[in-house]
Amino acid sequence: MISTAVIMSALELGFVYALVALALFLSFRILNIADMTTDGTFTLGCAVSATMAVAGHPLLALPAAMLAGAAAGAVTAALQTKFRIPSILAGIITNTGLYTVNLAVMGFSSNVNMMKTDTLFTLVKPYLGVGYKLIPSLVITVICGVLLVLFLKTRLGLSIRATGDNPDMVRASSINTAFTVTVGLCLSNALTALSGAVLAQYQKTADINLGTGMVIIGLASLIIGETLLPRGKTGLKVLGAILGSILYRFIIAIALRLDLPSECLKLISAVIVALAIGLPAIQGSFKPATKGGNDGC
Amino acid sequence: MLKITNISKTFNPGTVNEKAALTNLSLHLEKGDFVTILGSNGAGKSTLFNAIAGSFTVDSGTIRLDGQNITNMPDYKRSKVIGRMFQDPLKGTAPNMTIEENLALAYMRASSRHSPFSIITKSDRADFRERLAQLGLGLEDRMSNPVGLLSGGQRQALTLLMATLVTPKLLLLDEHTAALDPATAEKVLELTKKIVAENNITCLMITHNVSSALQLGNRTIMMKDGRIVLELDGETRQNMTTDDLLHAFHNQGVDNDRILFSAE
Ligand SMILES: Nc1ncnc2c1ncn2[C@@H]1O[C@H](COP(=O)(O)OP(=O)(O)OP(=O)(O)O)[C@@H](O)[C@H]1O
Ligand SMILES: [Mg+2]
Repeated sequence: MISTAVIMSALELGFVYALVALALFLSFRILNIADMTTDGTFTLGCAVSATMAVAGHPLLALPAAMLAGAAAGAVTAALQTKFRIPSILAGIITNTGLYTVNLAVMGFSSNVNMMKTDTLFTLVKPYLGVGYKLIPSLVITVICGVLLVLFLKTRLGLSIRATGDNPDMVRASSINTAFTVTVGLCLSNALTALSGAVLAQYQKTADINLGTGMVIIGLASLIIGETLLPRGKTGLKVLGAILGSILYRFIIAIALRLDLPSECLKLISAVIVALAIGLPAIQGSFKPATKGGNDGC
Repeated sequence: MLKITNISKTFNPGTVNEKAALTNLSLHLEKGDFVTILGSNGAGKSTLFNAIAGSFTVDSGTIRLDGQNITNMPDYKRSKVIGRMFQDPLKGTAPNMTIEENLALAYMRASSRHSPFSIITKSDRADFRERLAQLGLGLEDRMSNPVGLLSGGQRQALTLLMATLVTPKLLLLDEHTAALDPATAEKVLELTKKIVAENNITCLMITHNVSSALQLGNRTIMMKDGRIVLELDGETRQNMTTDDLLHAFHNQGVDNDRILFSAE
């Protein structure tokens, strides 16, 4: 009942959106910040990528989108660390502002059509054949995943992890938490924007609403991944996020197959996230808390 | 070494909750001084430490460390040279990171030697293992365990090691054994003595235990209402018994069940 084409596209999209799951792994799980910039940053990535591809630079579009994403992350971080705005609100403020920025990047039109434009995928098509969409998506995501794991082992990466784990202790180790939060949010938003950038070229169109609900989709993928691989070191958790994103796309594909209207998908995602994040607390309230220390968040 | 001159701090000024927590307090420490601090609840002991460590800036007065004026330096910069431990064992370590990773973070205080992109090397690891072994708790064989799995005493011993891994100019200990059971507290206190003596660290220690206040270190001060009300050193201190000191408490009006109790 599920054709190879459906499987292929679920895999392709799974890898593309996995970058958002990686971004949220960094901001939500490691830094302990629910980064509401995500939706706007994703669209920003789409917009920058589409505009640059149309201008004839489909490859340069990817690092450019990442830079734009990092800048958005820096704004959220500054609102949070310099102006002491609560992190959720900081993200929402940036996200709101990004709507206008994204429109501007697309030349004040709500979508960009790339049907006749060269993209990353059309460029490699002559060499890769049928895998021309899957292979680039897979390679980009795997490279980002590996780099993320390596980065988190460095001293800077450790300081970012500790910032989310115990900020008091981090300050006592002479690390500036404003700096670690900024680096973390820049990196996570660069990943989110890259995901948007690849997606825009993948589907040959960018739209001002592409990012709507992305933070929830990313979280759902992340949490599905954590259910698949509940324990383990950072490497396994990153792998879990990627697998979670792929599985999420399969769930969506099946839902579409069952003729569920696509309008229902956001509600389903929202329920998955609410349940998955809320479940530990509900379970905890039924049994006496015995273990201390680890249930801080 | 540490020169605190006339510092004051008032919390919530101009409100009904106004509280003068430090009033014109001065304190001079020589290199290698080990000062124990006594005082009833709310005397301003922890506030004094917060002022030294830079958790807030003082309203007036200056703080100099090793000749450098640190009065307005942000906390994370001061922590390069000031090690600190709290009563709560959960405060000093990152629970979801391994023992090794926690030590690597503490090691960053010597960061001029390392690029932010460097990783924990074999020789770092050997170094950590050796230092952990000196604690005598067997932690050297559990370096890849998350710290959240350790007991309170083990975590506090690890925090002590982290605070002194890169020898600090000044070590601030805020009732760091108060949350531990007596045997573990004794052990952590022994380790403290050993590490402070071996590295000749200048140290301030808050305690509610009158006898350890007299036994440890070379000076004792008593605080009340944001001021130092009694300073003991040299012979006066040596000849002081816990009973004498308790008397001194009464005379200063520093009456406190916790202090009396712990002197038993
Ligand atoms: N951040 C703060 N805001 C308002 N008041 C504070 C703050 N920190 C301390 N205080 C007040 O300052 C006074 C001194 O508190 P501090 O914590 O220094 O006492 P302490 O001597 O350490 O007492 P204890 O033995 O109970 O630890 C107390 O009255 C306390 O309520
Ligand atoms: Mg105190």
